[in-house]
Amino acid sequence: MNARFLLLTALAAAAASAQTPFERIANAAKDPQNWLTYSGRLDGQRYSTLAQITPANVKDLELKWVLQTRAPAEPNSKYEATSLVRDGILYTVQPPNVVVALDAASGRIFWTYAYDPSRESRPCCGRVNRGLALLGNTLFMGTLDGNLIALDARDGHLMWSTRLGRPEEGYSVTVAPLVVKDKVIAGPAGGEFGINGYLAAYSAETGKEVWKFHTIPQPGEPGHDTWGGDSWKHGGGSIWTTGSYDPELNLIYWGVGNAGPDWNGDPRPGDNLYTSSLIALDADTGKLKWYFQFTPHDEFDFDATQVPVLADLTWHGKPRKVVMTANRNGFFYVLDRVTGEFLLGKSFAKVTWASGLDEKGRPIRTGHSTAEGSIVYPENQGATNWYNPAFSPRTGLMYVPCWMDTWSVYTSRLEPYQEGNWYSGGGATHNIPALRPGPVTRRLPETAWGAIQALDPETGDVKWQFKMTDVTDSGVLATATDIVFAGGREGYFYALDARTGAVLWKTMLGGAMSAGPTAYAVDGKEYISIPAGNAVFTFGLRDE
Amino acid sequence: MDFTKVVLASLLIASPIAAQEGHGVSPADLERGMQIFLNNCAGCHGPDGDLISGVALYSGRFRRAQGDNELRRIVQNGIAGTPMPPGNYTDEQAGMIVAYLRSMAATGGGKLTGPPGNAESGKAIVEGRGQCLECHRIGRQGTITGPDLTGIGRMRRAVDLEKSLVDPDAEIRPDNLTVRAVAADGTPITGRLLNMDTYSIQILDARSASLRTLKKDELRDYEVMKKSPMPSYRGKLSEQEISDVVSYLVSLKEQM
Repeated sequence: MNARFLLLTALAAAAASAQTPFERIANAAKDPQNWLTYSGRLDGQRYSTLAQITPANVKDLELKWVLQTRAPAEPNSKYEATSLVRDGILYTVQPPNVVVALDAASGRIFWTYAYDPSRESRPCCGRVNRGLALLGNTLFMGTLDGNLIALDARDGHLMWSTRLGRPEEGYSVTVAPLVVKDKVIAGPAGGEFGINGYLAAYSAETGKEVWKFHTIPQPGEPGHDTWGGDSWKHGGGSIWTTGSYDPELNLIYWGVGNAGPDWNGDPRPGDNLYTSSLIALDADTGKLKWYFQFTPHDEFDFDATQVPVLADLTWHGKPRKVVMTANRNGFFYVLDRVTGEFLLGKSFAKVTWASGLDEKGRPIRTGHSTAEGSIVYPENQGATNWYNPAFSPRTGLMYVPCWMDTWSVYTSRLEPYQEGNWYSGGGATHNIPALRPGPVTRRLPETAWGAIQALDPETGDVKWQFKMTDVTDSGVLATATDIVFAGGREGYFYALDARTGAVLWKTMLGGAMSAGPTAYAVDGKEYISIPAGNAVFTFGLRDE
Repeated sequence: MDFTKVVLASLLIASPIAAQEGHGVSPADLERGMQIFLNNCAGCHGPDGDLISGVALYSGRFRRAQGDNELRRIVQNGIAGTPMPPGNYTDEQAGMIVAYLRSMAATGGGKLTGPPGNAESGKAIVEGRGQCLECHRIGRQGTITGPDLTGIGRMRRAVDLEKSLVDPDAEIRPDNLTVRAVAADGTPITGRLLNMDTYSIQILDARSASLRTLKKDELRDYEVMKKSPMPSYRGKLSEQEISDVVSYLVSLKEQM
């Protein structure tokens, strides 16, 4: 075989795989053997139509392979990355920025790309990464030191790198980017360092910025007047969990992080748009179509970064295009995703910062962060957080990992902004270990606990609840065979009955889960994969 | 020089470390030592170890170190009163760097045999008559079936590149091995070896330019080729042209 022949065949293959790349992602529901984007589908449902693993045979799941990280993770280096799978290749990110391509059926490694983030990186909450995006033959990853990079999915070759913000100022990129058409959507984290946040689209080909939406409106932009004085300059509005996309409406839905400083609202009078909000943007231009702010003038670090889940429901007898989110602030919301109209809001955990929501969904405030410290439910990590939810069109239920009965003492204090320094305006103590999961739990079980809850979008009612002694940072996955896969800090990985919450199967993985499960198939065999502790565990049915 | 001879020479040279630590120096150790050297030391010393006047790391002779242990201590602690800083290396990493420094001397001491080269002329040859980009990639150009040459100037010494051009079979690095296999139905398969175990081989398939696992029990035959698929340019390019190509490759420092 000569070199010229190799070239021609390689080019032909590359052209074939790049013919309809985004269409594959847009039609992911019809292509369940692959997991092509953070939530598996652009609607954020994390719902797999693979049907080989059923409630009847799930007890026969066995471990197929494990990927160990190369070195023990640091205490805060949780494995938060959702794996992607395309055509039998699984791509994952070991914390903080080590990309591994491996055989999705056997776990054998093809290549590793180890990005070494600058020592100037200042992540607020661990050296984490939530995963990759994929388009054609290119992978996209945010880096801890504020870059968005593109890699050749075939060999890990660096294609381009774009700076989103200086790490010295606290900018980092931990979000799994979202590919929409020919663009990569991402934004910087750094809400605890007084960044000035934004969500932006970059050319997948070159990394050049195509549009930018300021999550903190700049002077002259609508919403700027919701910030007193110069407080907007360091107002936060970070981006760190992946949004969703509706191809029909051509709208991107994305949750925005907390206002800065976190726990002292006094220096920033006003509602502080678009922090703690859901924004709906035109995918081509980045122009704001509508927004909904869950926690105006947030004083509790209630990022609204939870994955927005899109569904077409018959809602109170009428067809509705809705977006659902169980928010960190403890309320479950259903909005019309065409207009942003508030349809429903109901608490799914103990909440004392607000007594309820008014007819437009605005919270009726009853709790504040104070100089002397105030106990407020839920705690600083919220009633849920980055741990992704799932929705099953079959059961019509939204599945949410929850922290129940948690509180913090929220204390505010004046803190001047200094570049690169922590800018939180106070502190929050917790009744449970907030960030660092540990292998040992010793406390009164009633002080706080974890749960997977099944919420009814029509009423906000909890249809069932699966209780865990410890809280959970694990995402969930719903399947077309009415199984919900979920994990927790204790190290158990569960298959639950999607209609009742009954445990169908469980296994102990010996480490906390902080990422979402993925479902995929290779050569007709279905696999369920999830990172736990410092490793990725992958299960399948016993070979006949 | 045969690669096994290179390794053997390095093993003999590095034997004090090997004896102390209870393990030998493998090709992978040398490769890792080279990577650490190129990433951390070559910035001052140059990839050939000859950029600092009076310090010829490629020569195998060190004024301030008699043996490998002293050399390793310098790598870890630096040299007080000089710009040589301490390095945050484990004993194992420092040992790999030392093994690589020793191997530099054993593989030609960084001395080029040809005339001085012209990088611009070399670029024209690489992109044209040399047909290098039919198998190699440089930045956004070329293909991925052969080793990636992007940033090769940060990763390989000029003397190694020269040797690869005229005698590609002399030393095939572990990253660049080729697998040739025959499927059960007789279909030939060729690709770069990425990984291998008792039951399977992971390759970058040359035909489809995609990642692929070959199950050994489903193959009629397979072998890891001891020869490079790259042709020798001895006789195809003049000495001057080879020097030009080397000059161009050495100038490729960017990572993308």
